[in-house]
Amino acid sequence: MNDIPEQPGAAAQPPGPGGPAADDPVLDVRGLVKHYPGRSRAARRNGPIRAVDGVDLRIGRGEVLGLVGESGSGKSTVGKCVARLTDPTEGRIELLGRDISTINRRAMRPLRRDVHVVFQDAYSSLDPRMKIGDIVGGPLRQHGEGDAAQRRRRALDMLERVGFRARMATRFPHELSGGQRQRVALARALVMAPRLVVADEPVSALDVSVQASILNLLLDLQADMGFSCLFITHDLSVVEFISDRIAVMYLGRIVETATREELFAHPQHPYTQALLSAAPVPDPRTTRAAGRVVLRGDLPSQATRIPGCPFHPRCPVAVDRCRTEVPPLAGVTRADHPVSCHLVDPATGGPDITQGRNGVVHHTS
Amino acid sequence: MPLLEVTDLRVQYRTEDGPVHAAKDVSFSLERGEILALVGESGCGKTATAMAVPRLLDGGNATIGGKVVLDGTELTRLPEKRMQDIRGKDISVVFQEPMTSLNPAYTIGKQIGEVIRRHTDMNRGQVRERVVELLELVGMPDARRRLGAYPHELSGGMRQRVMIATAVACDPKVLIADEPTTALDVTIQAAVLDIIRRLREELGTAVILITHDLGVVAEVADHVVVMYSGRHVEHAPTAALFDKPQHPYTLGLMDALPARAARRGGRRRLTEIPGMVPPPTTDPDACQFAPRCARADAGCTAKRPALSRVDDGHLVACYHPGPGGTA
Ligand SMILES: Nc1ncnc2c1ncn2[C@@H]1O[C@H](COP(=O)(O)OP(=O)(O)OP(=O)(O)O)[C@@H](O)[C@H]1O
Ligand SMILES: Nc1ncnc2c1ncn2[C@@H]1O[C@H](COP(=O)(O)OP(=O)(O)OP(=O)(O)O)[C@@H](O)[C@H]1O
Ligand code: SF4
Ligand SMILES: [Mg+2]
Ligand SMILES: [Mg+2]
Repeated sequence: MNDIPEQPGAAAQPPGPGGPAADDPVLDVRGLVKHYPGRSRAARRNGPIRAVDGVDLRIGRGEVLGLVGESGSGKSTVGKCVARLTDPTEGRIELLGRDISTINRRAMRPLRRDVHVVFQDAYSSLDPRMKIGDIVGGPLRQHGEGDAAQRRRRALDMLERVGFRARMATRFPHELSGGQRQRVALARALVMAPRLVVADEPVSALDVSVQASILNLLLDLQADMGFSCLFITHDLSVVEFISDRIAVMYLGRIVETATREELFAHPQHPYTQALLSAAPVPDPRTTRAAGRVVLRGDLPSQATRIPGCPFHPRCPVAVDRCRTEVPPLAGVTRADHPVSCHLVDPATGGPDITQGRNGVVHHTS
Repeated sequence: MPLLEVTDLRVQYRTEDGPVHAAKDVSFSLERGEILALVGESGCGKTATAMAVPRLLDGGNATIGGKVVLDGTELTRLPEKRMQDIRGKDISVVFQEPMTSLNPAYTIGKQIGEVIRRHTDMNRGQVRERVVELLELVGMPDARRRLGAYPHELSGGMRQRVMIATAVACDPKVLIADEPTTALDVTIQAAVLDIIRRLREELGTAVILITHDLGVVAEVADHVVVMYSGRHVEHAPTAALFDKPQHPYTLGLMDALPARAARRGGRRRLTEIPGMVPPPTTDPDACQFAPRCARADAGCTAKRPALSRVDDGHLVACYHPGPGGTA
């Protein structure tokens, strides 16, 4: 299975006017906002946490959209809203052509077979009283798939695909290692062959060899079953491997989206550039190489709205305009590479952040 | 004398399926200020090995054998009461899954403050300021405001930072950090690695760092122990491990790096190590990697290879060690 298409369908291209049904996205999110009011005194005084502050995203059939960004920037919250595990404050979420942003639990229930979530925190998402064989078979039971024997067969099969022997099925979650629990969570999400998988850091606890087999498995299953995936991760090499397109979040907003090749070859937003430059390299001789940019400056607060570009207080190349005017998220060099920065130039692309002085540290020793 | 000496450590869990041998005869020592990385396949016993040191394993189910000596004190024989004083003060721990050790019913300010109160004589105000300082150190945005937040109100990476702040609060002699940066973006990860380096330089804290991120290993570790199926199969200075990996399992691990696949270009397929780990309930007198190893021969399955020296400080348990092809 070496020839998985690099460009699955028209999903990677900008939306065309009234395309054929096959081009309809599996997920279409517009203007998503999620604010957490908070109950503490400080929260009442300072206003809500703006976890997600106006996000648009689209995932095509069979497409893997990688979502990366700073810790706390709202990635998991986007995932939870999309699967309607929390109520969005504002915005429209269309799953398979149906607006689910305001529907109730009951109406959502049949749609639960189409969208499954792998939670960031595997341990608390697994029922501690259930054996892992039953945990993985759970969704099959809930949706009345096959008889008991068939369900058991499918659950064991799925467990085996994520690297467990059948006899492990009798273990309880607390009897597993961290990475084993994560694989159980993944098996449960995939067992129903859903249309959309929201995978929140699904391989973060796995060593590289098990991670490799799980990522290969994901791409195989994806080719077989054709599901789409919102893949949230901090690991840039993982996101580079798995994604068709990548969206970068900063402080509740998407600041850049591009195809995988384009994003790694020509990152434009200064935050994206800093992010890509800071990844550690698995080679002791090249780690502290020149060109690594570490962001300095005050950490952003999610309680107060920052005027202008939300990144300007930490941006190494910010100019006056950045402090007052919100940059739109728009394609400058290419229509399918939207970026939200005033300094992106149609001819030369993103600004060179290594030329900036504002709050940047170069590790060159 | 090393700060921490672990000799022939064995950890066993009771399960319905029979005893699980999570760690088998693991030995290593740690000097003051040394950072030792523990790497290996998911389920190979890294957490069991490291958490056996402060005896923080599933109480009723785990049995620990072997010897652990910290600064002249044998921990394996210490009464539980004395052990409690050592935990959090001399040895502190960052757990792999933050939600397993954070109490959902208390604010994070209270939880971090509690550790400081127990081990120091600061007053309320001082404790509070110290908590804010620690949260800022680990890059928590709106640190002061977050004192009143409950764990479920934080993002995954923020919870992880709360754990790290708690672990470094009392200047430990030994820090055991189990996958401390998995939920952190690279910028915050760099800050956390800086904190670890600073602890080591300023206080001589020794660190056992469990991570599957070989980039992190390359960046901060002095030595690396590679584990496979409960056993210690390679032990080397970091540069030597990356330059001249010896054990076929270590070689497989390096080949599986997604970055290497990406650099090889085009084709979306990662290199896996074929096959599965042996069931942890067995402990054969053979090389446990043999069923998955391209170099295996009859000798490998006849007797367990002993850990032996191939180079200065570089140990490996394999009959056919050495860099080069494994397929
Ligand atoms: N239930 C909640 N109540 C209050 N605030 C919350 C809640 N859940 C999340 N938040 C806040 O929303 C913001 C975004 O959190 P989210 O979990 O979406 O971040 P993330 O991008 O997934 O981060 P990470 O990479 O660390 O997991 C954070 O400031 C977090 O504290
Ligand atoms: N409480 C328990 N009861 C029974 N078996 C257990 C228990 N905890 C862990 N195990 C088993 O012991 C072995 C070692 O587990 P350990 O948690 O040390 O692995 P690990 O190397 O930390 O893996 P990971 O990288 O996935 O966290 C595994 O096979 C696991 O299934
Ligand atoms: S001892 Fe044999 S089977 Fe084991 S790793 Fe070495 S060559 Fe492979
Ligand atoms: Mg998250
Ligand atoms: Mg572990």
